[in-house]
Amino acid sequence: MALIEVRDINKRYSVGDVEINALNGVSLDIEKGEFIAVMGPSGSGKSTFMNILGCLDRPTSGRYLLEGSDVAGLGRDELAAIRNRKLGFVFQGFNLLPRASALENVELPLVYNGLPAKERGERAAEALKTVGLGGREKHRPNQMSGGQQQRVAIARALVNNASIILADEPTGNLDTLTSAGIMELVARLNMESNITVILVTHESDIAAYSKRIIRFLDGRILSDAGVVTT
Amino acid sequence: MMDIPSTIKISLRALRANKMRSALTMLGIIIGVGAVIAMLAIGTGASERIEEQISSMGSNLLMVLPGATTSGGVRMGAGTQPTLSTGDADAIRKDCPAVEYVAPVHNGVAQVVYGGQNWSTGVTGTTASILKVRDWPLVQGRPFTEDETRSAAKVSLIGQTVVESLFGGINPVGRIIMIKKIPFMVVGTLDRKGQSMLGQDQDDIILIPVTTAQKKLFGASFPGMVRIIMVKAKSAGDMDAAEKQIVELLRQRHRIGQRQDDDFTVRNLTQMMRAAEQSAKVMTLLLGAIASVSLIVGGIGIMNIMLVSVTERTREIGIRMAVGARTWDIRMQFIIEALTLSLIGGVVGIVIGISGSGALSALSGWATAVSLPSIALAFGFSGAVGIFFGFYPAYKASLLDPIEALRHE
Repeated sequence: MALIEVRDINKRYSVGDVEINALNGVSLDIEKGEFIAVMGPSGSGKSTFMNILGCLDRPTSGRYLLEGSDVAGLGRDELAAIRNRKLGFVFQGFNLLPRASALENVELPLVYNGLPAKERGERAAEALKTVGLGGREKHRPNQMSGGQQQRVAIARALVNNASIILADEPTGNLDTLTSAGIMELVARLNMESNITVILVTHESDIAAYSKRIIRFLDGRILSDAGVVTT
Repeated sequence: MMDIPSTIKISLRALRANKMRSALTMLGIIIGVGAVIAMLAIGTGASERIEEQISSMGSNLLMVLPGATTSGGVRMGAGTQPTLSTGDADAIRKDCPAVEYVAPVHNGVAQVVYGGQNWSTGVTGTTASILKVRDWPLVQGRPFTEDETRSAAKVSLIGQTVVESLFGGINPVGRIIMIKKIPFMVVGTLDRKGQSMLGQDQDDIILIPVTTAQKKLFGASFPGMVRIIMVKAKSAGDMDAAEKQIVELLRQRHRIGQRQDDDFTVRNLTQMMRAAEQSAKVMTLLLGAIASVSLIVGGIGIMNIMLVSVTERTREIGIRMAVGARTWDIRMQFIIEALTLSLIGGVVGIVIGISGSGALSALSGWATAVSLPSIALAFGFSGAVGIFFGFYPAYKASLLDPIEALRHE
């Protein structure tokens, strides 16, 4: 049994009178510990696909088995619970709470998990250490560089022991050097902790950190191939 | 589920981020709660003053007044014809089961002298029962006995105003005072009762046996004549029964035919006072209702600000949803935020309401009374306003689509 099994997923939107088929019969297996880059031009359906994988959106038809159980038909709160326990998100724009400290931002998933405050603090501090930000617990997002903010976001994705990290252009707002640092951190987490990483990117040098590249076009998978390491 | 302390912390931070806005929103609630407390204090103060007067008059009190004379078709006012007697009073006590105590009253005004001091005061001839009828305890001495009443003894009980006017610092009990040049022994002093509802000084009084008043001081048109009979019913519920029994008994005793009018009037004083009290309560209710309107307006202010806040923080809501906040987590966050606004406003409003009503009574001399229930009511009401007006914005926030919310700039 694969970690993620996607079978014949379709997603249709209607904008006014026009029907848009964002996804057309996508099927895919992802095993635990894989590091996947999702590529494709804008409008190819990769964002829709990521939203469905991230349980933020539901497919119009098809099956999505996450760790063997079908999540395609679940309600809002059940999806929220899955996002909380199994998934971690890293966004292009970091998406941290501006008025909260680094520690409080990392704690956030644990707050909704109902953990007591003391344990939350310990685990959040641990996660910050893992991403190399030990000692910056009290800093606010506006007191940190972009790279540091993205590390806080990664710590937030890790803190609940998520088995999958979904990253949507995580280096899109960062310079090359910082990007490399972030990608090395992500690659290390994938290697050392066996966390499955699925990331969307436009840049082939970022995709090169992954082991498998899936290209989308017009709502279908165009190609799905392993990365040839040189 | 999210824990409450974290939610409160988040709310306080969000409110601190917009200090001016939060303060202005709270001001609506502060004014509302302050107004509710001050208005209720004014109303309660008025009710309490009336309540005091009722208890100073004596509870469950009926007054029997002599009736109107009719001479040649001209009807005179109540009390113009002397028709009541001590015999009537005795009969009422014996034959009316709903009556507990009866005191006949025969009164007038007389000049009173003690030593070098003199004073003009109301002298009331009555029996010792008057103390029971009017719930009037003695401070010193003893009431006059039945023997003294029967034998028209020259004994007296004097009110506090008379004590001060005639005796100054001397203990009056056992002294002899002159009422219309007749010597009376002071056997006791009455407790202070203060002003009556009409502003009369109830302590400016001397009580003497009714027989003494009839025979030696004021005279009587016929033997045993009294001006008023005061009656205390057994309980508030017995007032109507007592009134009916007295009317029946007196009609019989006075030989009044089926078609003739009564030659006496029974007045239910407590009922009159209760009516006044009732109207004070209605006033309290009205004032409170008007003040609550401003509290509701304050609540609308909260709703307005919360709606703005939800729109401004759409992205934050999206982030919270992405990391696992459920519908009720988001709802609770905004409801608690609204509740925090309204409860802080409520506490400040209570302080302002209390000091405001204190200042009002100091400046205008109105009796105000801030009651604990009114504080609880205002506080509870402001909390309810927060929840009620916070719910819709919270509901709106919880229905946001996480993807849309995350994209929101």
